[in-house]
Amino acid sequence: MLKVENLSFSVMENGKRVNILSDISFQVDRGEMLVITGPNGGGKSTLAKVLMGIEKADSGRVFLDGQDITDMTIDERAEAGIGFAFQQPPRFKGMTVDRLISLAAGEKKSEAECCELLSRVGLCAQEYVKRQVDNTLSGGEMKRLEIATVLAKPHKLCIFDEPEAGIDLWSFSMLIQQFEEIKKDEDQSLILISHQERIMEMADRVMIIEEGRVAGIGKREDILPELIRQGPSCCAYLKRIEDKGEEGING
Amino acid sequence: MAEIDKVTQAILKYIDELGFRQEGAFNLRHNGAALCHGNSDHVKIVKKEDKQGIDVYIDGDTDGEQVHIPVVVDASGFTDRVYNDFHIEDGANVVIVAGCGIHNSGHADSRHDGIHSFYVGKGANVTYKENHYGEGEGDGARILNPVTRIFMEEDSVFTLDTSQIKGVDSTKRETEVSLGKNSRLFVVEKLMTHGKQTAESNMKVELNGSGSSAQIVSRSVAKESSSQIFHPAAVGNAKCNAHIQCDSIIMDEARVRSIPEIDARHLDAAIIHEAAIGRINDEQLVKLRTLGMTEEEAESVIIEAFLN
Repeated sequence: MLKVENLSFSVMENGKRVNILSDISFQVDRGEMLVITGPNGGGKSTLAKVLMGIEKADSGRVFLDGQDITDMTIDERAEAGIGFAFQQPPRFKGMTVDRLISLAAGEKKSEAECCELLSRVGLCAQEYVKRQVDNTLSGGEMKRLEIATVLAKPHKLCIFDEPEAGIDLWSFSMLIQQFEEIKKDEDQSLILISHQERIMEMADRVMIIEEGRVAGIGKREDILPELIRQGPSCCAYLKRIEDKGEEGING
Repeated sequence: MAEIDKVTQAILKYIDELGFRQEGAFNLRHNGAALCHGNSDHVKIVKKEDKQGIDVYIDGDTDGEQVHIPVVVDASGFTDRVYNDFHIEDGANVVIVAGCGIHNSGHADSRHDGIHSFYVGKGANVTYKENHYGEGEGDGARILNPVTRIFMEEDSVFTLDTSQIKGVDSTKRETEVSLGKNSRLFVVEKLMTHGKQTAESNMKVELNGSGSSAQIVSRSVAKESSSQIFHPAAVGNAKCNAHIQCDSIIMDEARVRSIPEIDARHLDAAIIHEAAIGRINDEQLVKLRTLGMTEEEAESVIIEAFLN
C-alpha cells in the first residue's frame, strides 16, 4: 500500500548540511496500523511531513498503491488518498468549526453531521459547531478538531502526528476507539507517531526512529516488551540485536 | 411597484444582503433620485426640502423591523451627494440596511458621498449594515466617501457593520460616534482592496457617558498594489471600556497602515488597542492543502474566512 524506499532529508544549518532522515525504507500494508516511535528529535515528525509532501526529500521514492507519489504536491497526495493530522494544528481567524469540517470532508456537512463527527473526538458538539477555529479554542480542543478533520472522510492512509498530545484522558479513550474503528476498515491504513503505550498496543507493527534512521521495525509483540522494559535505551538494544540478525525485530 | 432594471437588481444583491423588497419602509435612490419608496406603520421616510436626502423617523414601538435604503449609481461621470438623517425614538429596535453600489461603464469618474446622521434615543437598539460595491467595464473610477455620525443616548446599543469587498477604486470613510451613559457600540469593518485601489478609514469614538463601551473590530485584506489606512480613535471621557482591534492581511505589493489611537481622559477609562498586519500564515495554507486544496484555493478560503 505505502512503500518508502531509501528516503533521505537534510537541512542547511549554519552553512552545514545536517541529515535529518537517512536512508529510511519501510512499507505499510493495506489495513495495517504502524506506530512510529522513538526519542524526541529523532526525525519522526519530519518523516510524516515528507510522506505528506510538506517537506521534500533529498532522495528516495514513495509509492502509494504502486503509484510513485514522490514528486506529487501536498494537495495531489491528499487527492491520492492521504490524510494528515498535525501535531500542532494552525488556527484560522474567522473560520467556523463546521466550515472547516466541510472543507475537510470535501462537501457541505450539515450541523447534525458535524455534531456527530465532533462527538466522536470528545467535543460536546452543539456548542462547537459555530465556534471559530481561533485562539478561543484551547490546545486540546484544537487537537481534537484536527483529528476530526481527518476522520471527516475515508482515506487510503491516515497519518496522525502525536494525536495524544494535549488531550485529556477521557478524550484519549474516545480517540483510541476511533483508531480501532479505522483499524476495522481493511481498506484504510494508519501511521501513528506516538509515545503512548496504549496506542502502541494497538499497532500491528512498531517502527523506531532514532537519529534519523530506522533503529528497529517489527511486530508489536516483538518490539513492545523491550521498549517498555528498557525505555529510552531500547533503541540501542534493538540496534544491537538487529545487527546480530535476531528474528522478529526486522519485520 | 416600481420597475427596477437588471443592472440595479444585480447591484442590489451585492449591497443589500438581507434582500431588497418594495415593502415596509424602503427608499431606493438611483442616480440621485428616489426610484421608489414606502413607509410602514412605525417607520416614515420623508424627502428633505432643503437639500438632497431623506429623514427617516423610527418610532419607539418599532420592534425588529428592517428599513432598506440602498443607493445605486450607474450613470458614468455622475456625482451624488446625499444627506440622510435617522431619528430613532427611545426604545426602538430596528435594522437599517443601507449600502451603495456603483456601475461605471464609462471613462468619467462616478462618485457617491453619503452623509448619514443617527440620533439614537434612550434604550434604542440599532443595527446598521452598509455594504459598498463597484463594477463596470469602464475605466472611470468608482468612488465612495461615506460620512457616518452617531449620537447615542443613555442605554442605547448601536451595531455598525460595514463591508467593502470589491470594485471600489477609492474610498475615504469618516465615522464619528458619541456615546451616552451605559450605551454600547459594536463596530465591524471589513475591507478588501486590489489593483491600485485606495481606502482610508478614520473613526473617532467618544465615550462620554459613565458605563459606556465600544468594541471596534477591523479586518482587511490588501492585494496587489492597493493601499489602506486605518485610524480608529477611542476617547474615554468617563468611566468606560473600549477595545480596538485591527487585523490586516497584506499581499503582493500592497501597503497597509494601521494607526489605532486611544485617549483616556478619565481615571476609570479602560481602553485597549491591538493592531496586527501580516501575510497569510504558511501553516494555514499547508493545512488546507492537506485537505486537497491548491495553494490558490487555500488562499481564497483563508481570506474569505478572515473577512467573515
